[in-house]
Amino acid sequence: MYNSGMVNLTREDVHRLAMLAKITITEDEIAQMQKDLDSVLAYVEKLQDVDTSNLEPTNQVTGLKNIMRNDEVIDYGMSQEALLANVPEVEKNYIKTKRVL
Amino acid sequence: MNSKWLPINEIAEKVNNGSLRAADLVDLALKTIEQNNEYNAIIVTTADRARERALQIDKLTKSGSKAGMLAGVPFIAKDNFLVFGAETTAASNILKGFNAPYQSTVIEKLEAAGAICVAKANLDAFGHGGSTENSDFGPTLNPHDKTKVPGGSSGGSAAAVVLDMAPFALGTDTGGSSRQPASFSGCVGYKPTYGLMSRSGIIAMASSTDTVGVLGRDVSDIAYVTECISGKDPLDSTTIESNPDGYMIDKPLKDLKGIKIGLVSEYMTDGVDEGVKNSIKDTVKKLESLGAEVIPVSIPSLSLSLAVYYILVPAEISSNLSRYDGQRFGYSDPNAKDLDESYTNSRTRGFGKEAKRRIMIGTHVLSSGYYEAYYKKAQLVRTKIINEVQKTFESVDYLIGPAAPTTAFELGSSTNDPLQMYLADIMTVGASLTGIPAIVIPAGTVSGMPVGLQIMSPQKSDKSLLEVAQLAQKEINK
Repeated sequence: MYNSGMVNLTREDVHRLAMLAKITITEDEIAQMQKDLDSVLAYVEKLQDVDTSNLEPTNQVTGLKNIMRNDEVIDYGMSQEALLANVPEVEKNYIKTKRVL
Repeated sequence: MNSKWLPINEIAEKVNNGSLRAADLVDLALKTIEQNNEYNAIIVTTADRARERALQIDKLTKSGSKAGMLAGVPFIAKDNFLVFGAETTAASNILKGFNAPYQSTVIEKLEAAGAICVAKANLDAFGHGGSTENSDFGPTLNPHDKTKVPGGSSGGSAAAVVLDMAPFALGTDTGGSSRQPASFSGCVGYKPTYGLMSRSGIIAMASSTDTVGVLGRDVSDIAYVTECISGKDPLDSTTIESNPDGYMIDKPLKDLKGIKIGLVSEYMTDGVDEGVKNSIKDTVKKLESLGAEVIPVSIPSLSLSLAVYYILVPAEISSNLSRYDGQRFGYSDPNAKDLDESYTNSRTRGFGKEAKRRIMIGTHVLSSGYYEAYYKKAQLVRTKIINEVQKTFESVDYLIGPAAPTTAFELGSSTNDPLQMYLADIMTVGASLTGIPAIVIPAGTVSGMPVGLQIMSPQKSDKSLLEVAQLAQKEINK
């Protein structure tokens, strides 16, 4: 069943993924996460045996391509005030973040 | 099903001619919501705004003007629609306190037609789940049995309709999230052709399969609402033109003579509950009595659809959820030392377990070295499924089967096993991956719990799908 050897993530794999996803997984949680991910990855493994030669990948299902519009400002009634009201920290109408370095 | 509500077109007609008051309809909806509090179908009401809008509509009709094709009709929106009048949370703590700065296009269209949103329905956080247990506001209970789940992720919308809180509810459907709860709770749940209804202003889950869902008691009601909310939207470039003939069922079908229906063998296997299969077989007889020819069809690649889905969807989820970084909206850790810690702490505390699980799977299948083997392979198998389904539609007009392998399961029975929960979507993800329209209608019960019949048709044939479903529902209700 694990023909290509892609499944069974190591603890290091889980740590690396968490780092990429900007999520902290504690030492207590890691074994469970490892188990959950492995069971899903084992389930999807069956796709590896499917013959897909001569097929193109599907990105968009109704066949639309490159939908363009005129480069014009559309006013759809959104106020700067309403947008900034949801921002955790605002200073002089700027979104304030923590220091980068 | 006995209901407090008239058919939607009749409600609107009566509000427009002044024989019903929108204010009374809003009060009836709010009262019914309050009486059924224990089911936890609703996260929050939009009572103040709803009452205000009702007064405006009543004033308009009193002066002799018309207030639209949905004048005064109350409805409930799943809490992943951006709506004015209450917070929009997607049932996740990370969005607690978020007030929509604009409304979703379908809400705008409904309001322009005179409909009134009265409440926001519960869901699995961000739409991740098949039971509505994964909500940071607690689970919704099944209206037929409080020890069971209502299905998900639009479980709150389905339960709200069955509990008669409003004439219809909006859900979303990414892999079955409107159809499977319709099956579990016992109402109609419709997923249109991909792109038929705008997703602007709906909190994104997996963009290549996300659609609006419409839940109601009656197929004719659903068709009526579809007429109002479908069509191209400049704010969602994936939208398609709606049918120039509209979707309303003005000339209901009298029979199904000359119509060929394929019963999908892959959805009637040994793994499917006997009672569910028997209900479907009984329904097939009814369709045959209307003159339809029902034949078994096999679409072998459909058995791969859940595996394809659980690669593509987590991948798209991990991308769509990257915007929740604690900077522009949503929960933000006030004590983070630097930007990186602010991102990580805000996401770690804000997201629930299932969102994290899916982000992790998505990150893995998109990461370098695995992208070709997982993501690209799933996109290729998706093409294979689409080809096989299209080929099948050369020999039959519609496909049918159950909407889920079982009736509603016990609360808590699948929450510790993510894969088990994912299997609840096994019969609905096929239509999502292929972009075809699908509708679930109530088709009997097993030990008192509802079973749903799913009907599917080729892309953009939504009108004829609704017509056939309308007649099928009428025949089943006989």
